[in-house]
Amino acid sequence: MSTQKSVLFDAPGPRARRGIAIGNVVGAIVVAGIAALVLAELGRKGQLSWDLWGPIFTSSAWLDYFLPGLQNTLRAAAWAVVGAVVFGLVFGSGRLASSRTVRWISGVVVEFFRAVPVLLMMIFFWLLFGYNDVGDEPAFLAVVVALILYNGSVIAELVRSGVGNLPKGQSEAGLAIGLTGGQTLRSIQLPQALIAMLPALVSQLVVVLKDTALGQIIAYPELLRAAQTFGNGNSNNLQTLAVAAVIFIVINWALTALARWLSRYLSGRTSGGAAAGPGIGNPATPTGKGGPGNAIAATGDATAT
Amino acid sequence: MGDFLSQFAALFAEYDVPGAFWVNIQLTFWAAIFSLILGTVLALMRISPIASLQWAGAAYVNVLRNTPLTVIMTFLFLAVWTQLQISLSDDFAQNFFRFAVVGLTVYHAAFVCEAIRSGVNTVPLGQAEAARAIGLSFLPAARLIILPQAFRGAVAPLGNTLIALLKNSTVAAAVSVSTETSTLMREMIESNANYIYAIFMTFAIGFVVLVIPIGLLTTYLSNRLAVRR
Repeated sequence: MSTQKSVLFDAPGPRARRGIAIGNVVGAIVVAGIAALVLAELGRKGQLSWDLWGPIFTSSAWLDYFLPGLQNTLRAAAWAVVGAVVFGLVFGSGRLASSRTVRWISGVVVEFFRAVPVLLMMIFFWLLFGYNDVGDEPAFLAVVVALILYNGSVIAELVRSGVGNLPKGQSEAGLAIGLTGGQTLRSIQLPQALIAMLPALVSQLVVVLKDTALGQIIAYPELLRAAQTFGNGNSNNLQTLAVAAVIFIVINWALTALARWLSRYLSGRTSGGAAAGPGIGNPATPTGKGGPGNAIAATGDATAT
Repeated sequence: MGDFLSQFAALFAEYDVPGAFWVNIQLTFWAAIFSLILGTVLALMRISPIASLQWAGAAYVNVLRNTPLTVIMTFLFLAVWTQLQISLSDDFAQNFFRFAVVGLTVYHAAFVCEAIRSGVNTVPLGQAEAARAIGLSFLPAARLIILPQAFRGAVAPLGNTLIALLKNSTVAAAVSVSTETSTLMREMIESNANYIYAIFMTFAIGFVVLVIPIGLLTTYLSNRLAVRR
């Protein structure tokens, strides 16, 4: 956030400005100093030599390792996102259903898959599919299924809080013109909630993309695994893993920027303003209104998994 | 059925399941403390008026938050330990445990930083203006008015980060911490494939039992401490 709007600091006067300028220079020197120390240490250990960095800039590195790895990462992420949205819509509306049984079952499913680590699910499905000869690529399927179950549950909570954040008048109007509860949900509330939760959905895409890297542990040949294989062959894991990390960072950073733009773009477009309210439009601000749904949506993009 | 159960129970004599969860809890405990310290420092850098520190804090958060935890862990194992031959302990197992704590710490510190910052952002500007209007200078205003409210606003995101940290402690498998849950579950299933469902459910329910109380406590505290505006 910009300094002028900071709640902690008043607009600086001449003396404070001088202090800030000095602090700025000292800070810059310290940061640059740490970076220089790390670089010097790497240089001392011979990690900056072209023998180690050179192999990365060959066509074989990219055509045989990085790009196929990236392709596998994106493929798993794409399937997982589509599945997760479907899963989230089904169980999110399930939690809003009028039937108590459906609500309860959806609640248990969502809470269960949100609490179990994705890696445990991946290993379980990988071994299960492997033993039962499901599909040609058990590792790929395991990555996708585990990501769908976890992220679908997160999206189900987004759906629930998205509908919860709509003005009450929306569902009342739907019921007043004679729609049933389910029809109101499907044709009035969900379409608005979906638009409002679009930024949070894009943020969730970052989580999906990052978690595909867990596939490395079950030998799915995604970007991290490809980088590691290439690095083992050339004994330059440090360099190749750094490249893989940069690829992940660039993609995720672009997605985060897209989510921020969407949130700004959509904030004036959704019903009653409440839909784009703090819970969803701006994940950095907790709603404080309570309810587990709100607490989840509040940190939609700050979820660390 | 009784046969199934007794043989399944015998697995617990053979494998130390509670011990594996204990390793994950220990990883979470140390990483939580260190990431809280590092995250607070980063948050202070990001909300300070000093541009170079803001920039460094933002760069750290954007880089670490967008890197998969598995990449960080693999990097620590293959690049830092194998290639640079930096070791954190002479004891093999202890060394990997410490690397796992380092990996979890640097990753989650970025989220702790954002949680604290979002807490500060919940405080309306009017609070600071009111504090100055009644004559409080910077430190008293921060200590008495702004930080108490900021802390209350940060409870929910911090709790969610803690839950994520506990679940992510399973990724320690990528730095060869061989005693934690995901590795043990894999070993158990691989040598007892006919109990695959029961073994998975045991570990899954173990995590549900650990995670749900933290979630309930977070929700309770954040509602209880919420500043009504």
